[in-house]
Order: sequence, then C-alpha cells, then structure tokens
Amino acid sequence: MKAFEKAIEKLLLICAITATLSVVIITLFIFKEGVSVLKDYGIVNFIFGSKWSPTNGQYGILPLIAGSLSVTLGALVIGIPTGLACAIFLSEVAHKRSAKVLKSAVELLAGIPSVVYGFFGLAVLVPGIRQYILPMVQLINKDATTSGFSILAGAIILAIMILPTIVSISENAISSVPIEYKEASLALGANHQETITRVIVPAAKSGIISSIILGMGRAIGETMAVILITGNMPKVPGSALDSVATLTGTIAMEMGYATPEHQKALFAVGIVLFIMIVLLNIAANFTLHKLGGQTND
Amino acid sequence: MDTKIKIRNLNLYYGNFQALSDVEMDIYDNKITALIGPSGCGKSTFLRTLNRMNDLIGSVKIDGNVLLDNQNIYEKDYDVIRLRRKIGMVFQKPNPFPKSIYENIVYGPRIHGTKEKQKLDEIVETTLKEVALWDEVKDRLKKPAMGLSGGQQQRLCIARCLAVHPEIILMDEPTSALDPVATLRIESLLEELVKKYTIVIVTHNMQQAGRVSDYTSFFLNGKVLESDETDIIFSNPNNKKTEDYITGRFG
Repeated sequence: MKAFEKAIEKLLLICAITATLSVVIITLFIFKEGVSVLKDYGIVNFIFGSKWSPTNGQYGILPLIAGSLSVTLGALVIGIPTGLACAIFLSEVAHKRSAKVLKSAVELLAGIPSVVYGFFGLAVLVPGIRQYILPMVQLINKDATTSGFSILAGAIILAIMILPTIVSISENAISSVPIEYKEASLALGANHQETITRVIVPAAKSGIISSIILGMGRAIGETMAVILITGNMPKVPGSALDSVATLTGTIAMEMGYATPEHQKALFAVGIVLFIMIVLLNIAANFTLHKLGGQTND
Repeated sequence: MDTKIKIRNLNLYYGNFQALSDVEMDIYDNKITALIGPSGCGKSTFLRTLNRMNDLIGSVKIDGNVLLDNQNIYEKDYDVIRLRRKIGMVFQKPNPFPKSIYENIVYGPRIHGTKEKQKLDEIVETTLKEVALWDEVKDRLKKPAMGLSGGQQQRLCIARCLAVHPEIILMDEPTSALDPVATLRIESLLEELVKKYTIVIVTHNMQQAGRVSDYTSFFLNGKVLESDETDIIFSNPNNKKTEDYITGRFG
C-alpha cells in the first residue's frame, strides 16, 4: 500500500512537472528561434519599422501591432458596455430562473469554435459592412471605400467572442457583492438604479476590471476569426473600415511558406505577442489583488 | 406624548409560514422602544416592515396597517423612497460602503440632490460630531471606512443614516458585533440621539434593553406578548412568559 501511494505521488509529480516544463520549453523555443532576428534587425527597427514585406527582407511589425491593437480596442469598445450591461442585468434585474437560462446561453458562446465565428463574419458582417455601413459613412466622407474586410468586422466578431469572459466573471463579481451594501443603500432612500451604479458596480470593480483584461488577452490572441475577416493587409490603418493584418494572423498565414529568415522573423513576432499577453495577465492579477484588498488602507 | 408609528393587525407571511401575527404596537415620538425576544421570534422581521425592507424578499406577503404620521405605509403608491429617508436603519453588522469615510456620509445627501461641496462638508462634520466620531477621524476623512474599528464603523453607519435627516432610526441589534467598550459608547450615543430622533432597537441583550429603552415590547413566536414602559416590563410584567424570558429562564 505504501509503495502504491509513493508511486501515485511520483506520477502526480511528473504530471505537474510536465505542465510547468511545457511552458518553459515553449518560451525558450520561441526566444531561441526569434532572438537572432531581433538582434540582427534591431529591436527598434523591428518594432517601429512601418513596412512588413518579408519577400524584400523588410520586417517592421508596427502595422501588425497597430492591426492587433486596433481590432482589440474596437472589440473592447463594443464588448465592455455590452458585457457589463449584460452582467448587471443577469445579476440584479433578471428573475433568477430566466437569468440562469440567459447565463448559460452566453456561456455557450465560449464553446463555438473560432473558425465558425470567422465564417459567420465572412458571410454576414463583411458583406453587411460593404452594403450598409459604407453608404452611411459615405454620407459624411465621400471618399470612403471598403471591401468589408475591416477593423470594424474584426472588432464586432471579437466583441462577441469576449462576451462570455466579460459577462461571466463580471456577473460573479457583482453577485458576490455583500447584500449588506445593497441594503444600506436602499435603506438610505436610494432607488435600485442608484444602488447599482453607485454601490454595487463600484464594489465589484476589481472583478469587472480583471474580466476586461482577460477578455482583452483573448482578443489579442485570437487568430482564426480575424484571419478570415480583417483582410490581412499589413498597413497602419487610417479608419475603422480599413483592412489590417494582426500579429497572430500574420504568423498563421505566413509560417507555411516562409524562408528560414522570414520564419525567424515570425518567431520574433511571437515573442512580441507573448510579452504583450504576459504583461496583460500580470496586470489582471495585479488589479485583482490591489482592488480586491480594499479592507486595508 | 405623540404616537409616531401605529401598527395595527399586522400579519406577515414568508410563503406559507406566518412570521408575524396580529401585531399591534405604538411607537412614541422621541422615545427609545426596545424589541426583545428569543431568536426567530420575528422582531427583526417586524423592524424591517417599518421601512419596508422586506419588499426586497420576493415571497413576502404583508397585510395590516403601519401608520406613519397617520398614513399607511403599505398603501398603494406610497413613496418608499421618501419613507426610507424618514426612517433610517442601522444594521446588525456594521456595513459601511467600501468607500472613504467622507463618501459614506455624503452618499445619502448626494442621492437626494445635495451637490454643493460646502454643504456636504458641513453635513459630514455635523453628523460625525453627532455620533462622537469627528475627533477620531477628522484627519482621515478620505481614507477607506473599512480601516476603522468595528465600533467606529457602526458609529459611521449611524452618522450615514443621520445625514439624510431621518425622523426615526431603526436599529437591528446594532451592538451584537461589538466589544463591550464600543457597545457602551453606542448606548450613550443613543441617549443623545433620542432627544432628536425616535428610535426602535432590536436587542438580544436584556441589560441593554433595560439600560437604554423607555418602552419595551416582548415578542414570542411572531406575536407581541406584552408592551409597556420598560420599568414595568422589567420589574412587574403581566405575562408569566415575559418574566421567564427576562429572568433568563428560557431563550
């Protein structure tokens, strides 16, 4: 029996080490492959270079960073108000039973494969933007053109994709605000709406902020859906209707046919992406701890 | 002596369970009325009917009359917001908002439309002085209220309640989470407050009821067994059960 327990312990240890080791090995691998390009090409040239043209040996990823950031930012602009409103509705307004149904419906969104989102965007959003949004924009700016493959399409799809993250984490945070706060507010003669906006949401803000940061991480890392609908043009965009290429999309599209040097450059893109996401995760953890510990001054 | 709240034929049901039956009580102006009785006897539930906090619970059904200044607060279209401005509440566990001390006090006045900073500053100072907290916190008004001790938090909650100028203050075992020293401070505060406000206090502590209150009502199983001046209840109760409870034979 003793020996058996020992063996199980060893097995668990091996599993734990495997998980940790994979992270370390992947990280080392990306850095090993990518660092040489950063060194030869120069980090500043690489990150701030405005021309991504691998066939000509030009590896400036500023357009890719701009692409990723603009799509992500757009997703947040659409996704945060929608997600937060949805979370508030689920936890404070809807009846318990309907809230349960609605919540599982929103969580179901997380289970849809990203290629399906991309396909939906391709079939509905891209032509929709071309046909309906473009004429509206042209009323203001006559010279506007778009193929429909655009930041806007990417932002809308990503906004839907990050909804489950934002809604479920925010909803949890709001639901776990102590009922005492709510009672105190109502007993002072505040109505339900004032109580929500001035007491409940502020009290849940650490959870809400970390849900947003996690959603942002998901949006930056998303690949398949954005490849299909953002147009993949490595240019710094001028408007929300322009096509862009993202960091992730470029890696996925070009790795297959890349020359050795080009491949290294793509790994370097991976390094940049990796660092961005690590920073986001640190920020998420930081806000959770910082704002969560409100009991002390 | 004026009656501030008249309660007549009050029945309250949680689903099928009757938590209050035929409660009749008068609450007098500028007096402290204590509600005593064993756990689960309905005294907290009763207290919460007075500012309609039970409205929050979906399954509650209430009939009967609660007349505040001769108007039934359960009348259709009665303005609950105004009711809760008139009747403040202090809870069992100190529950300041996770905001600064200053923000806690001005929360109510802001909601009710006071915007000028000078006025708000004034309210903060006067209410904190009323609860004898001003000297302890005047240098840290912008600090989180959660950093205060339990007793200070409870006094802050009382100050927050005073800031909307209530006429009546309901207190639901306000000292049960506090140490003896903090409890005494709250009790002596009550003696000051009753000069300006009508107070209804639920308490588990017999000595506390005896020390601070003018009137006492004894609750048992959702009924009011006896209501009278505190001195009479404690020295010469009519009902045998009241006597047993007060002398500690049950409960």
